Amino acid sequence: MPEKPDVLQGTLALMVLKTLDLLEPLHGYGIARRIEQISGDLLAVNQGTLYPLLLKLEHEGAIASDWGTSENNRRARFYRLTRAGRKQLQTETRDWEQTAAIIARFFEVKGEELS
Amino acid sequence: MKSLQRFFARLSNLVASSHAGQHLADQRLREEMEEHLAQQTADNLRAGMSTAEAHRQAVLKFGAVGAIREKYHAEQSLPFIETLLQDLRYALRMFWRSPGFSFIAIATMALGVGATTAIFSVIDATLLHPLPYPSPAELVRVEDDLPGVGAQDVGISVPEWRDLESSGIFQSVSFSGHGANVNLTGSAQPERLSYKHVSPNYFAVFGVDAQLGRTFDPHDATPGFNLEAVISDGLWRREFGANPHILGKALLLDNDVYHVAGVMPRSFRDLGTTSEELSTEVWLAAGMSGLPFPPPMRGTRLQGRVVARLKPGLTIAAAQIRLDALVASLKKQYPAEYPAEAAWTVRLTPLSESVVGSVRQSLVLLFGAVGSVLLISCVNVANLLLARASGRGREIAVRQALGAQRTRLIRQLLTEILLLFLLGGIAGFGLLFCTQRFLLRLVPESLPHLNNIAVGWGVLVFAVTVSVAAGTIFGLAPAWLMSRVDLIGTLRQEGRGSSGSLGRSRARQILVISELALSLVLMVAASLLLRSFWDLYKAEPGFNPDRVMAIQTWLPGPNDPSADIYRTATQESVLLREILRRSRTLPGVEEAAIGDEDALPLGHSHPSQLPLIREGVETMDNQAPVIDSPIVSPEYFHLLGVPLLRGRLFNDQDLEDTPQVAVINQAAARMYWPGKNGMGEDPLGKRVRLHLDAREPSSSAGPAWTTIIGVIADARTESLADAAIPQLYRGVYQHPAKDLAIFLRGQLDPSFISSQMRTQIQSVDPQLPVFHAQTLDEVLSTSLSVRRFSMEMVAFFAATALLLAGLGIYGTISYVVNEQRSEIAIRLARRAGI
Repeated sequence: MPEKPDVLQGTLALMVLKTLDLLEPLHGYGIARRIEQISGDLLAVNQGTLYPLLLKLEHEGAIASDWGTSENNRRARFYRLTRAGRKQLQTETRDWEQTAAIIARFFEVKGEELS
Repeated sequence: MKSLQRFFARLSNLVASSHAGQHLADQRLREEMEEHLAQQTADNLRAGMSTAEAHRQAVLKFGAVGAIREKYHAEQSLPFIETLLQDLRYALRMFWRSPGFSFIAIATMALGVGATTAIFSVIDATLLHPLPYPSPAELVRVEDDLPGVGAQDVGISVPEWRDLESSGIFQSVSFSGHGANVNLTGSAQPERLSYKHVSPNYFAVFGVDAQLGRTFDPHDATPGFNLEAVISDGLWRREFGANPHILGKALLLDNDVYHVAGVMPRSFRDLGTTSEELSTEVWLAAGMSGLPFPPPMRGTRLQGRVVARLKPGLTIAAAQIRLDALVASLKKQYPAEYPAEAAWTVRLTPLSESVVGSVRQSLVLLFGAVGSVLLISCVNVANLLLARASGRGREIAVRQALGAQRTRLIRQLLTEILLLFLLGGIAGFGLLFCTQRFLLRLVPESLPHLNNIAVGWGVLVFAVTVSVAAGTIFGLAPAWLMSRVDLIGTLRQEGRGSSGSLGRSRARQILVISELALSLVLMVAASLLLRSFWDLYKAEPGFNPDRVMAIQTWLPGPNDPSADIYRTATQESVLLREILRRSRTLPGVEEAAIGDEDALPLGHSHPSQLPLIREGVETMDNQAPVIDSPIVSPEYFHLLGVPLLRGRLFNDQDLEDTPQVAVINQAAARMYWPGKNGMGEDPLGKRVRLHLDAREPSSSAGPAWTTIIGVIADARTESLADAAIPQLYRGVYQHPAKDLAIFLRGQLDPSFISSQMRTQIQSVDPQLPVFHAQTLDEVLSTSLSVRRFSMEMVAFFAATALLLAGLGIYGTISYVVNEQRSEIAIRLARRAGI
């Protein structure tokens, strides 16, 4: 099994925020499945690690949570973005796009262009 | 910002982490996990797995539940603080389990930290904050030296002062007298106040303003006294009941009327070397160049203190260089006033240095001593900890066997030790705080800034810092050694514990040895101090202070000499003879004499000095050496038991209109009439001129020659430490003196004599104050107070250190014996020699 890139692990929080931005309110399993669907097998996180991360985001005030009832009529914790979380998502998205653009430009450069 | 919010959320979780809260968080995670697994299983089932397989896959996908729960829990609160709290709880339980050990350790640390903190509070008030004025680094003291004739701090003349003012080196230059006494009359009882004449810019130099009214106008150009007075907060409250309408009121000082211009704030402290000078209550501004001051000539030096404020940004070294250039050009300009032989120089010193310079040595010594005590107490506690480690070896081994990491163990042990040190430190501070009133009474009054010594927040911070630092330094080694346990051996051998730990016993040996060494150093220091103190104490003073009392009075000296009823010696002698006659009639009085304040042995701060111009030797006035010159009545020498060696003493026929005579001591004879080949020239009959007399600056009658008529034996009247300071005595019937001391010998009752003398003196002149009745024995003992203080302190610390070291050794030996008890028992049973 190939090593999973660490950078993706670090951006898990951003993925969570983006997911919630589109589909809030959502419970933990929903977030995990959504991330899995989008990233395919590339991001084989232990799904359980999501929960400490959710708690951290909640402590930071980016998301909030409440008890609710899931599709199969069970008690579940539903997460949604707060105003601060939305703002955080915007800035981080922008940062990420900038970084990605810069990296992309580096890869576009051919050897002869530099000489 | 975000992380701060997160920190507070976690902190509030931690604070709220009652068991219910903890439980709730666990509950939430468990429910979420169950829900997650249930949904995943359902999805898996839908994908066509068997029930068992679906659940298995769900669990696999979820990951390690234990690790996740731990992570979740760590996120929930602050693990560092949580562990700390847990360790602290455990440490408290351990302290509680062995209260004897805890008490001794905490008491030892309390002693060490308390003593260190006490000395620190003194140092904080004196050495660290010597000058309570704005921008203290700019303040310098300016001193004129004449190294060519071996004279230091000879005073400054008014033209020199003006040169300094206009030199561009200083913002301003102030001059102040050394302080003297003045009679405040008009109140119920004539009171003697300590006053200082200062230049009008005096307060401006310090940058301190009045709390009521104003200080002097720095640009006031009155040549003499400007008839305004600034008074201290203490005088304002005591004499005037803190009257807010005091400004402009008249003060009758030595029969001159001054008007109150301002009241200084309570916190203002004047400069000075004695408590008397420090407690100046009246400041009078003067231009120092008109009556009663001598005419402003370059060669006429005024005795006093010059304090200046440097231009901002100028260092003392740079200012000194510019000043040297100025001095050189002045010397060229006035070659007659500054002869090359005198080598006139002007020296700048930081003002803080001149304030605390005298006590720095004592305080640093004390701090060293107290630091050793602290070290010894730390070593002692470390030692105790190591001794206890053997008892806890088993506990630690079990914890390690159960999987505790070594760093975790060290951390826990360190927490325990730090708590112990911190408790000790806080106990020491608390003890100091409660006893500060009592302790302050032990401090000699001559210590500068005594009133500013306070046990406050700064001192608490110091105490806590010292205990934490000491705890870390002295706790790491024991924690390290304690956590290094031979697992198998300890667990297997129940009885002997971890006695085999070689490192630990070696550490203990090193600790005990260093403890002994430290206390030995302290003992040696203490005995050296004791020795030198004893030498001083037992030194033959050369005069007999037994049964002698001195009572002081002060004759008014109005600014206008013609208003002075005691202006000439003849006028004054009427009063003095009457006072002496009346004192002799008092019960118990056997002898009576009069002298000025300089004649009071060891009882004055700043001897007034006169230039000594020997006939045929010195030709220039300002090359002259200076000599202490007390003024006394003829009976003085006999009363103090100072023997005459050659010639004669004063008698009642030496009057103002007879030739001027003087008596010198042997040191003066040796120094100024050494003769050829060191044989000693006979000073009798030699003539000297005492050109400038600081106390009668306006008598410009032309200095007459004074003939030496007698040589007396040396007496340590200036300093007990110095046997031979040259002195020249003059007769009080030839030279009027304002600051008088009346000496009485006999069976005197100190509690009555003061009021008896007051009655007698005031029946001659009701305007005269009477104060400071003291026995010469008291004066002697006061003069040794700072030395005695540091000696007693160091001796006390040394004794403490010895006690602690003894405890340490006792602890070690009893531990070793305890450890080998079974071995000793076996040997005894076998009747072998132990």
